[in-house]
Amino acid sequence: MKTDWRERRHRWDIRYAPYAYIAPYFLLFAVFGLFPLLYTAWVSMQDRNLLDGDAATFIGLDNYVQLLTADPYFWNAMGNTLSLWLLTTVPQILFALGIAQLLNRRLRGRTFFRMGVLLPNITSVAAVTIIFAQLFGRDFGLINWGLELFGAGRVDWQAGTGSSHTAIAAMVVWRWTGYHALIFLASMQAIPTSVYEAARLDGASAWQQFWRITVPMLRPQIIFSTVIATAGNMRLLAEPLLFNPGAGAATGGSDRQFQTAALYLYEQGFAKFDFGYASAIAWLLLIATVAITGLSYLAARRIRTD
Amino acid sequence: MTSVLERPAPPAAPPGRRRKALRMPGPWTYAALIAVLAGSAFPVYWSLVVSSQTPDKVDSVPPVLVPGGNLFANIARVFDQSDFALAMMNSLIVSGTITVSVVFFSTLAGFAFAKLRFRGRSALMLLVVATQAVPTELGVIPLYMMMSDFGWAGEIHAVIVPGLVTAFGVFFMRQYFERAVPDELLEAGRMDGCSSLRLYWHVVLPAARPAAAVLGLFTFMQAWNDFFWPLVVLTPENPTVQTALSTLASGYTTDYTLVLTAATIGTVPVLAVFLLFGRQIVGGIMQGALKG
Repeated sequence: MKTDWRERRHRWDIRYAPYAYIAPYFLLFAVFGLFPLLYTAWVSMQDRNLLDGDAATFIGLDNYVQLLTADPYFWNAMGNTLSLWLLTTVPQILFALGIAQLLNRRLRGRTFFRMGVLLPNITSVAAVTIIFAQLFGRDFGLINWGLELFGAGRVDWQAGTGSSHTAIAAMVVWRWTGYHALIFLASMQAIPTSVYEAARLDGASAWQQFWRITVPMLRPQIIFSTVIATAGNMRLLAEPLLFNPGAGAATGGSDRQFQTAALYLYEQGFAKFDFGYASAIAWLLLIATVAITGLSYLAARRIRTD
Repeated sequence: MTSVLERPAPPAAPPGRRRKALRMPGPWTYAALIAVLAGSAFPVYWSLVVSSQTPDKVDSVPPVLVPGGNLFANIARVFDQSDFALAMMNSLIVSGTITVSVVFFSTLAGFAFAKLRFRGRSALMLLVVATQAVPTELGVIPLYMMMSDFGWAGEIHAVIVPGLVTAFGVFFMRQYFERAVPDELLEAGRMDGCSSLRLYWHVVLPAARPAAAVLGLFTFMQAWNDFFWPLVVLTPENPTVQTALSTLASGYTTDYTLVLTAATIGTVPVLAVFLLFGRQIVGGIMQGALKG
């Protein structure tokens, strides 16, 4: 009798236990990850504002039509997102390649240097933005003081489109470059030295070796970095929100000069409580993210492999 | 942040030969690296400088560049004038719970995916990998509506519960178990009549320790630094550190010493974790493990 029960328990264990072990992940993800994302599509087709008592009326694609044809703020936000994407992704990758190249030597204090370049990445985006907002201050900011010292004029960083995008891009690049550098470094260390020796024999300079050997060999990592930098950038929200903290923070500057798409979503959803409209922004942003990520993937894939 | 892509780990280089062949660094390399390091550390240092000054010093020209003696007075002011103690407590509870839960569920699911045979295994694993690329923050509006319906809006469970599992964790642990736990060991356990749960507890979990520690570190830092969702679902009366910072920074007259002192205090826990385990964290990223 007893062995029979054991036998049966064993069979149950083999057959069904694995499902029990993976179930928590799938259940929680379905409820708190996937369902809200899909339900956003339904809310986006409603006229639904919490300030109107949360009455939901089905209006089909009206929110989308409004956004795409009659909302200059939306296009402004998308434009800012794209501008910041260019201003952050390209420098991040280039600086990271340079830093990885520096780190890929027989350094003393290797761990110290590696930890040093990663330091920005562990700090919180809220703290970083508040610190940078102070550094980029108009009247007493350190950066303006430095500019004046070198004879350049002060810049009202928040006021202009170009200047505010530069400041925000600086925060993003500062925070993420070291992370990408370490990813590049890991693969640089796996490139066989015989390749470089052969190139040296052929008379290739260090510069040529870097662009003709190192960079093409890092192609998979560069693609990875470009894709995650792009996906992260499409969600940029904390930096523009906290760059100008205060009553009108959600508009991203007095003239919306640095309001990103994610920030516009936040403004519509959680400053104006227009859930229907905000959900439509969320879906358009999702589509744009997939498109831009795909494009940057294709662009990064074009790195030459001789 | 839930996006990560599967990517092949770089092939292991042959030991010995490679290291020797790397170029010897000259003084310019060190100079350049020290400049990079200075740039990396400066904003953090600057935050410390400001938080150790009296408020009037911040607006002085030329700016003060060395720490003053007012740090403890400013820390006392932060805790007096805001809910920062509550924020720290909340952040500790949120990050601690999420870390324990993510490590537990990830090792459990990772074990099943790596070492147990069941129908639909590869399809389900593919699903896990695919979900890493889904930007779930874009579902904030229905998520917020759900939390309101549950009566959780403004409560820290609203931050904890959606963070209890991550696709990244499951993927990460599965990769580790595939390599690190030999099948023979599990077979031997089976022969002795161990149930799979006992195998998990007595064989797999002890073997998971190094990877689980790295996953725990990443998860803790990520949860501690999370900003968007807590901002949406919590109220200024019941903040985490990050939302408390945003409230402090958005006052009508911003007292920068106060705000940057708070920013400094809020960075201390992750900085401590980083100083203690920096080697493991760096190693984890260099294995291509950390998500973006």
